[in-house]
Amino acid sequence: MLTLGGESLTFRNVRDEPPFVIRLSDNPSLPRPLRPESAFLFREAQANATELPDGFRLYVQIGGRVEGAEERTQDRPSIVLSTAYNYLGDGDVLRIVPHRRGLRVLFRRSANHNSILLTEQCNNYCLMCSQPPKRIDDSWIINQVLQAIPLIDSAAKEITFTGGEPTLLGDDLIRVLSACKSWLPRTAIHVLSNGRRYADPAFADAYAQVQHPDLMVGIPVYSDLSSIHDYVVQADGAFDETIRGILNLKVRHQRVEVRVVIHKQTYERLPQLAEFLVRNLLFVDHVALMGLEITGFTRPNLADLWIDPFDYQKELESAVHKLASYKMNVSIYNHQLCVLDSRLWPYARKSISDWKNEYLPECLSCTKRSDCGGFFSSARLRYSDHIAPFSARALQPEVMLLGASP
Amino acid sequence: MATKFERREHFEASLGNGYRLLPFSFSPLNDRDYILTNQAGQYTLLDRPTLEDLVRHRLEPRSDAYATLKSQHFLLDSDSNVAVDLLALKVRTKNSQFTNFTGLHIFVPTLRCEHSCPYCQVSRQSDDKTAFDMSFETANRSLGMVFRSPSPAIKIEFQGGEPMLNFELIRHIVVCAERINQIEHRNLQFVIATNLALVNDDVLSYCKAHDILISTSLDGPKDLHNRNRPRPGGDSYERTVAGIAKARDILGRDRVSALMTTTEASLGRVVEIIDEYVRLNFDRIFLRPLSPYGFAIKTKSYQAYDADDWLDFYFCGLKYILQLNRDGLYFVEHYASIILSRMLTPFESGFVDLRNPAGIGIGALVYNYDGEVYASDEGRMLAEMHDKTFRLGNVHENTWEEIMTSSALLDPLEQSFAGSVPMCFECAYQPYCGAEPVFHYATQGDFVGHKPSSAFCHRNMAITRHLIELLRTDEDANRILMSWLRI
Repeated sequence: MLTLGGESLTFRNVRDEPPFVIRLSDNPSLPRPLRPESAFLFREAQANATELPDGFRLYVQIGGRVEGAEERTQDRPSIVLSTAYNYLGDGDVLRIVPHRRGLRVLFRRSANHNSILLTEQCNNYCLMCSQPPKRIDDSWIINQVLQAIPLIDSAAKEITFTGGEPTLLGDDLIRVLSACKSWLPRTAIHVLSNGRRYADPAFADAYAQVQHPDLMVGIPVYSDLSSIHDYVVQADGAFDETIRGILNLKVRHQRVEVRVVIHKQTYERLPQLAEFLVRNLLFVDHVALMGLEITGFTRPNLADLWIDPFDYQKELESAVHKLASYKMNVSIYNHQLCVLDSRLWPYARKSISDWKNEYLPECLSCTKRSDCGGFFSSARLRYSDHIAPFSARALQPEVMLLGASP
Repeated sequence: MATKFERREHFEASLGNGYRLLPFSFSPLNDRDYILTNQAGQYTLLDRPTLEDLVRHRLEPRSDAYATLKSQHFLLDSDSNVAVDLLALKVRTKNSQFTNFTGLHIFVPTLRCEHSCPYCQVSRQSDDKTAFDMSFETANRSLGMVFRSPSPAIKIEFQGGEPMLNFELIRHIVVCAERINQIEHRNLQFVIATNLALVNDDVLSYCKAHDILISTSLDGPKDLHNRNRPRPGGDSYERTVAGIAKARDILGRDRVSALMTTTEASLGRVVEIIDEYVRLNFDRIFLRPLSPYGFAIKTKSYQAYDADDWLDFYFCGLKYILQLNRDGLYFVEHYASIILSRMLTPFESGFVDLRNPAGIGIGALVYNYDGEVYASDEGRMLAEMHDKTFRLGNVHENTWEEIMTSSALLDPLEQSFAGSVPMCFECAYQPYCGAEPVFHYATQGDFVGHKPSSAFCHRNMAITRHLIELLRTDEDANRILMSWLRI
C-alpha cells in the first residue's frame, strides 16, 4: 500500500500561505517561465552531484537525513520526504497544506488510473461504504481540483472522480467535468455516483451538455427489489431515484456503468438482479460485479456483510451468464482467480488500484498471479478460506500441447 | 450491525400496506401451473394457489413469489413506483416497430420459373416475357411507394417466380433505389429469393457490388429436394448446392441463407433435413410449416397433414438440434429463436407473420409484376386463386394514401387485432403470437377466425409451451436456447 499523503512532515522555509496545488518536475533544465509554478523533485543521491536549479516554487527531496537537507536546499522552500514517497515522479501533482506541514498526492502520472475525491458528503449511507461520508463543509476541494486539472498530464489514461456523492456538488461537478473536457479531452473520465441526482432532468441536462468525449458514470444498483437496495444504501426511495437517474442519463445518450458490490445482503438475488438488468436496463454500457473491500463501514458491519466469495459462485456464475447471453458488457472486479468458477475467468479484471493492491504469501508460488487481480490491502482483515496457488503442474499439459504442435 | 444503521425490517415496513396489480394475463401452462404475461411480454409461472393468493391480494410480501412478481412488474407496492416508468419504457420498446411502419417491400420481377414445384403458389412456366414480367414503369412507380414509408430501415426483397429470369429489372430497381437513397439515407438492404439454378459469376458479382443478400430454397437431402422441386433435368438439388458454394465464394458465407419448405414427404425426415443443412455449413434452419395458400391448397398438399403431424416433425427436429448443440455445434432453429427473443428480450422480432397488429401492409407490402399491391405475400397467393381480398390497389391507379388507408387493409388489421379478438385478448401466450388475418381468412373464411380450431393458434401455443418447459426443466437446453436470442 502506498502512502499518498501525510501531515507534520519536514517543511523548510515554506511560507505559511493557503494550501496550493503544484506539479512535480525532475527536470533541472525546466524552462524558467514554468519554474515558479513547479516543484523540483530530487533524491538524496542526486543532490550532491549537481547544484540544485533555482527558480522553482518548491523543492521536494526524497530520502536522506533531514539534517543535511537544509544545507543542500539552503534557504529555498523545501520539503523532505521519507523513502515511502519514492514512487513520486515527474508530472505528479500534489496538494500542499503549509499550516499543517501536510501534503496529498492528487495525481500520479505513472499510475494507469487515478482517483480524485470531490466531496465527503453523501445522501446515501451504504452499509459497506469504503469512504464513510462526513457532514462537513468541504467546498474548498472543488477549487483545489479545478487548479489541479490543468496540471495533469493530458496523456493521462483514466481519472475517476469519487466521493462522497459528487453530484451533490451540482454546478461545481459540471464545472469540474467541463474543465476535464477543456484540459483532458483524451482522458477517460469516470464519475462514481449513486445516480439519484440525475432523476432531476435539469441536472441530467447539464451533465449531458458537458459532452466530454470519454465520460462515463458508474452507478450502483444493489438489488432488483427496492426495499433491499434502499436497505443497503440506508435511504428510503433511493432505488427509484437511482433507476430514474439511469433512465434520464441514457435518454440523453450518456454512458452508464452499473456497479454491484457483492456481499451477504446482495448475493442471493444476483441472478434476479441480472434478469432485471437485461429486461429493463439492457442499454447500460457496462456492468461491474465487485468483491467487497474490507474498509470503511464494512469493518463495523462485517458480520452482516461478509460471505466467502467461494460460497456465492453459483449465483455469480448465473448472473454473469445471463448478462453475457444478452450481450451486456460485464466485468468481475476484486476477485481472485482461485476462488472464481473457471467459467468466470474471462470476465475477471485486474481492477484494484495499484496503490492498494497486494497479494498474500500463498500467492508467491502461484503460476497465475500475473493474470490475477489480487487483493485490496485491507483484505488482511478477511479473505476467502479457499485461496490456493495454482501450481506449475496444472500448467504442464498446456505447455506440452504447445511443444507438440508442429 | 453498528447502531447508526437501520435494520432491513425498517425498509420493508411499507410492504405491509398491500399491493396493486399491474395489468397481466394468465393461462394454464399444464395441469399444475399457470403462465402470467405482463404488457411488456415478460412471463412468470405460478401454481394455482399462488395465483389465487396474488389476485386476492393475499400474497405474503416476504415470499419468493412476491419478490419475483414485484421484480418482473406484475405488482406494485408503496415502497417503489419506478416500475411504472420501466414498464412504459418496455411497452414502448416492444411496439416501436409500429412507429417505423412498413420495412419490408417485396417485388415480383416475374412470375416465370423453370421449376414446377407442386407446392408453389404462384409460378408460371412460360416463355412469354410480356405476360408475367414487371415493366420498368411499374417498377418505378412501386419504388416511389417504397420510399413513402417512413421506416428508417427499408428491405427490398425480390420474389418470384424466379426473379433471376428478369435480372435486368432487378438491376434497374437496385440502381434507382440506391439513387433515391442518396437523398433518403435509409438503411437500405436488398435480398433476392432465388433457386440459384441460373446463377452465374456476373450476377453474383453484381450482388457483391451492391451488397445484395441471397436467400435460396433447400428442402433437404437430394431425393427429397428433387421430388419437392422438379425442373427440367431433375437436377434442382445439384444446382442449388453448386449455387450456394459459388454464391458463398463471391459474397461470403453470411450473405447466403436457405429456407426449407415442409411437405408431407418431409414429415418423417427431419433429422436428414437438418443434417443436410449442417453438412452444407449453415448455422441455422427454419423449420417452417407449409402455408395453406395457392396451389398448395389446390393440390391438396396442405390438407395432407394436420397441425399435430407438423408439431411432431418440429419437436423431433428441435430435440435433434439441441443435441447437435450439446455435442458442440452452434446451430439455431429460427422459429424458436424468434419466439424466445420475444419471450426473453425487451425487443420484438420484426418477423411479419407474428405481429399484433398484423404485419400486413404496415409490416410488409407486395408489389406484383402487374402493378397490383398486396398486403402480404400470402395475399398475393390468394389472388392467384382468384380471391383478391388482400389486394390494396395498383401502383398505376392509386396513391400511397389510397393504398394504405384502403378498407382491404384497415378492415383485416382492425378486426384481427388480438387485443379485441375473442380468446386472444385474454390469452397469456398472446405476446408471443400474432394476428394472422390472411391465414385465418384462407383457412376459416374470416379475418378473426375460430381459435379453438385454428392451426395457427394450436401451433404457436404448443411451441411456446414446449419452449417454456425446456427453459425451466432442462438447464443444458436453457443455456443453448439463451444463445439463440436475437439481441
